[in-house]
Amino acid sequence: MSDDQDEIILAELDDEELTLQMHDDLYDGLKEEIEESVHILLGRGWMPYEVLTKALVEGMRIVGIDFRDGILFVPEVLLAANAMKAGMFILKPLLAETGAPRMGRMVIGTVKGDIHDIGKNLVTMMMEGAGFEVKDLGINNPVDNYLEALVAEDADILGMSALLTTTMPYMKVVIDTMIEKGMRDDYVVMVGGAPLNEEFAKAVGADAYCRDAAVAVETAKAFMLKKHNSVSA
Amino acid sequence: MTGNDIDLLDDTTLTEIGADLTGAKPAQILLLACGALAHEVLALKAANGWDHMDLTCLPAKLHLYPDKIVGAIEQAVTKHRAKYSEIFVLYADCGTGGLLTAKCAELGIEMLAGPHCYSFFEGNANFAAHEDEITAFYLTDFLVRQFDAFIWKPMGLDRHPELRDMYFGNYTKLVYQAQLKDSKLEALAQGHAKRLGLAYEYRFTGYGDLARELARKA
Repeated sequence: MSDDQDEIILAELDDEELTLQMHDDLYDGLKEEIEESVHILLGRGWMPYEVLTKALVEGMRIVGIDFRDGILFVPEVLLAANAMKAGMFILKPLLAETGAPRMGRMVIGTVKGDIHDIGKNLVTMMMEGAGFEVKDLGINNPVDNYLEALVAEDADILGMSALLTTTMPYMKVVIDTMIEKGMRDDYVVMVGGAPLNEEFAKAVGADAYCRDAAVAVETAKAFMLKKHNSVSA
Repeated sequence: MTGNDIDLLDDTTLTEIGADLTGAKPAQILLLACGALAHEVLALKAANGWDHMDLTCLPAKLHLYPDKIVGAIEQAVTKHRAKYSEIFVLYADCGTGGLLTAKCAELGIEMLAGPHCYSFFEGNANFAAHEDEITAFYLTDFLVRQFDAFIWKPMGLDRHPELRDMYFGNYTKLVYQAQLKDSKLEALAQGHAKRLGLAYEYRFTGYGDLARELARKA
């Protein structure tokens, strides 16, 4: 976004300017600048959760909007994600120490027969940024991996990802097995991946189709709020 | 369409714009194809004398945005439908998640079976039998020739080679499914495998199910 990155001395910016600069730097995928800025804000006494949400998550939200609108493309999003990951790497241990709101627990993985994980990794990162604890099962997961992890992690949400037309039907295998075992209603099931759509999600019995990482976060938050309200009522 | 016309078809045009090769006097059947199949379809037409088939191609780069394929097919069918007694869509599912199949059924036209061109070139049944190949990345003749335009540049690897392993880190080998026996293409494919950091495998497929399906319309 900025053409004059070299002339900006991050430490000389005030908090508001620096936060906006971090949004720009995330947009431009500038990993080192993000790391430096995170350290600066922490040095100024910002809480780790504040740095995470106001600088990193908000920056990625902007990236997500421009990706959805066709202004940014996958390579740029990956560079931005790498920059955010570097910032989160600094913040993660501090978040554990200082405490941050816990939104819920999610188990996520790419389905059996599929090795594609770029979208899944973005969702994992954005969910963590939004305060969810995420157990990432990686790629090529048979049904048992999901079911065992859901129980072991005491999860609220199951996320499944697939990039291939040939592998996406496996989501139904997982959901049908959950039904057979009487555990389907214990979890919110969200699905995503390039060839998926709303109709497919309904057909396999998922609760939601998430077209991108930002939608996944909003959907998960909405389900958790609903769950919280139904428990409180 | 002559042999010279086939040679004149430029891969960049087929990727970016597509090619309308229908003439003033329509044939009986319109083949509505992905630009990535143009050379193969024209070769089959020429070899078999299938003059009752016309060919029009949509830009191959639609595959970079699979959600645009269904709309583009519908638009092309609407444009050409009145002139032909039959339209045959030469696309597989191509990442549309079943939506293209549903659209073709709605329009009452046939399309190719299978998930992708690299499946029907090998033969869908044979391709599906490779259960141990989930870490394989496939290239056809067209994709070998258009590797930079179709893969390397759209993925930003020309500008950010450091992203390579984020895209290809889970793959182990590149399988070149060759439609033609061409040592130059094979050398190119080997180079592509090296650039992606993958092992290389050559597999001659010929035209596979594409030839069989077109022969049904002969």
